[in-house]
Amino acid sequence: MSETLLEMRNINKNFPGVRALKEVNLQITKGEIHALVGENGAGKSTLMNVLSGIYPFGSYEGDIIYEGEVCRFNGIKDSEHKGIVIIHQELALVPYLTIGENMFLGNERGSKARIDWDETYNKADELLKRVGLKDSSRTLIKDIGVGKQQLVEISKALAKNVKLLILDEPTASLNESDSQKLLNLLLEFKTHGMTSIIISHKLNEVSGIADKITILRDGATIETLTKGIDDIGEERIIKGMVGRDLTDRFPKRDVKIGDVSLAVKNWTVYHPIYEGRKVCDNVSITLHRGEVLGISGLMGAGRTELAMSIFGGSYGKNISGEIQINGKDVKMRSVKDAIENKLAYVTEDRKGNGLILDMSIIQNTTLAKMDKVSRYNVVDKDLEVNAANEYKEKLSTKCSSVEQKVGNLSGGNQQKVLLSKWMFADPDILIMDEPTRGIDVGAKYEIYCIINQLVAQGKSVVMISSEMPEILGMCDRIYVMNEGRIVAEMTKENATQEAIMSSILQSSKGA
Amino acid sequence: MLNIKEALRKNTMVIALIVVMLLFQVLISISGKGSLFAPSNITNLILQNSYVVILAAGMLLCILTGGNIDLSVGSIVVLVGATAGTMIVNMKLNIFVSIFVCLLIGVIIGAWQGFWIAYIRIPAFIVTLAGMMLWRGLAQVLLNGLTISPFPEDYLQYFTSFLPNSPKYTMIVSVIVGAVVFLVYAVLQILGRIQKKQKGYEVSSLPGLIIKLVLLFAVIAALAFLLGEHKGIPVVLILLGIVVFAYGYFTSKTVPGRHLYAMGGNEKAAKLSGVNTNKVLFFAYTNMGFLSAVAALVCVARFNSAAPSAGTGYELDAIGSCFIGGASAYGGTGTIGGAVVGAIFMGVLNNGMSILGIDANWQKAVKGIVLLAAVVFDVLSKKQQSTKG
Repeated sequence: MSETLLEMRNINKNFPGVRALKEVNLQITKGEIHALVGENGAGKSTLMNVLSGIYPFGSYEGDIIYEGEVCRFNGIKDSEHKGIVIIHQELALVPYLTIGENMFLGNERGSKARIDWDETYNKADELLKRVGLKDSSRTLIKDIGVGKQQLVEISKALAKNVKLLILDEPTASLNESDSQKLLNLLLEFKTHGMTSIIISHKLNEVSGIADKITILRDGATIETLTKGIDDIGEERIIKGMVGRDLTDRFPKRDVKIGDVSLAVKNWTVYHPIYEGRKVCDNVSITLHRGEVLGISGLMGAGRTELAMSIFGGSYGKNISGEIQINGKDVKMRSVKDAIENKLAYVTEDRKGNGLILDMSIIQNTTLAKMDKVSRYNVVDKDLEVNAANEYKEKLSTKCSSVEQKVGNLSGGNQQKVLLSKWMFADPDILIMDEPTRGIDVGAKYEIYCIINQLVAQGKSVVMISSEMPEILGMCDRIYVMNEGRIVAEMTKENATQEAIMSSILQSSKGA
Repeated sequence: MLNIKEALRKNTMVIALIVVMLLFQVLISISGKGSLFAPSNITNLILQNSYVVILAAGMLLCILTGGNIDLSVGSIVVLVGATAGTMIVNMKLNIFVSIFVCLLIGVIIGAWQGFWIAYIRIPAFIVTLAGMMLWRGLAQVLLNGLTISPFPEDYLQYFTSFLPNSPKYTMIVSVIVGAVVFLVYAVLQILGRIQKKQKGYEVSSLPGLIIKLVLLFAVIAALAFLLGEHKGIPVVLILLGIVVFAYGYFTSKTVPGRHLYAMGGNEKAAKLSGVNTNKVLFFAYTNMGFLSAVAALVCVARFNSAAPSAGTGYELDAIGSCFIGGASAYGGTGTIGGAVVGAIFMGVLNNGMSILGIDANWQKAVKGIVLLAAVVFDVLSKKQQSTKG
């Protein structure tokens, strides 16, 4: 058989009060793509941090055997020296430096006293070619999209002579086509003999490219599935992750569609900085009571921008068009107006612009509708606590108490607090932007159930998502958006992944 | 057990303050230079630091919005002081009209800076650095490089006198005022607790409340006796009480107060939750101008003069107090109570070192070290806390 590149044996890692890893075993064969899956908090990232030396030797128990020898890494430099490179979920690129500068950051070409820029950029261009990027290595990072940035990270790893590439959620912020590109690249590298470990929540990708899948649950290795021997279908992986069969990934509901609740007509929004660039171009949509409406499209299609511009004009310039809520014309000039018109926008990036991480669950829950817990601008803290507890129960948020800081919660629970905040604001129309990004299967299911409850109460939900199965599984009607325009509308019955993709592709050709 | 630990951790700066006070007391009495807790010295401590407390309250609001500081407060103090001197001493205008105009000037200056900071989004550091030069320059133009003094007794009495006026009743009046303040606080606490219980809400532990009240009683009683021993209650202390109470209430209990914290915690999230962050920022700086003017009125009365060099370094005292008192340099965390403790801490350091006869230059160096140590301590203890969580 092929040789073993890495073996992690009986790894234990304790944090004060918590046992993060329990007797974890991981075996990586040379030249394979090994997927590491598990719910949030299962210990995937901790394990990789142990491997890369972020948690130095001595802070954990167990052995790391790499290329036949026991390794004692004291820091990331040590592991990189051996050719182990980890690419974190949050990209570590400096926006105002060029691709080339970023690629050799900390690993500069030339001598300490003088950087050899010619070598830097020549080498960088060469590496960019290998990952299939056509941009010049003198382009600034801020001027390229997330998808390309991810590729730059990979070429940065290549510059370090990587033998074992670890990718933590590489496709979490990529759209379908960029994700596919990235995965193809990994497959190509595999043919050149590179070994990679990929951590992902997107199980379809995992079962598509992985040779072996190791499942972690509650800090312990549950099993390793091998392609060709075991079933590595999504259902099977989920079963291993949650410890039971999850028969329905999308909860069922009785659809009762009512009158039109929101109608947007001829909505045009210009980019706030680049003049004359239309971000939303003559968009018209309607939404009904009791309906889950999906907006599908690639990253940068203008979905978030559309939502935010509707939500009190919080994005864009020179917004034109009409909005009717329950048949009445409304003008919303601020977020406050929008909230008063019973609109809610559950933001896409919960840490960046959704929650206040340093504040408690209580204060986050009430922030969007302080009137409900205050009189003459004086806050009634008891009412606040009650409200927070009420939503904590309703959404079964897991926390030590509602006094807990939101920053200390897991991703899924943070998302629930974010939902609590907007449900507390009593909206009739909720726009949810990527409501399940980066959270595990179990928490996703719970979020879907909450969405179903909301529409069952006669509210309307707009769901913006880059994950097509989710859009197809949850929505009653789907708009497809591309380059700022609505390019297709489909009902649940005739929507398929292929139909959505082809409508996007066709519209791009036309333009 | 856990509660005690928690309480200790929350009040580390208070404990540090007590330790420093005791340390000075020991050093001072060993060197035979009297006592830190001498009645006259306690009065002195309050008078010396009144302006720091007022400025720290305003500075805290600015820091809360996201670690923004206001460098111009010392210069606003000198400009408003110069205006007060010109109007009251030179032009002999009505005192109340003069006070009103001074406060108004403070608000206008604050609004001017607030406008650039909040609506045009010029970094606060730059706008207030410009203000620092601009207002001091204008003050020097107004004073023509001269010091205006003395202020009439009619003006001074509102800031420098003591309650009661006659020395006969000082002890009785201070004790009664102390008792009333304590009783009002205690009754409000107990009533609030009973109300909470009736509504079926969770209440904090009873022993905790009792300990808090007993400690507070001890502090108020000691202060009342010490003040009674000397000249009575300084009017400025009452002004400080009002400022601290008003801003403490504002930051902890009101919706606009909450918005300050929300903005400092995450401005984008606050904006998308319907908080008008521009208005919040504008308010914080306008208010800073107002409180600078209040501090200016107190200062000219205390020094009985309006001098061109007045107010130098005041901004740093205020900023230092906030950070020693646990405010985050990134915004979003910090309390008025903390800022007051920070201000007292700095005051005790100044005062204690002066009594010990330590050279003024050394005093500065020590204060610098203490500021850094306090913030380092705070950051480290928070780190420990978060790894435990």
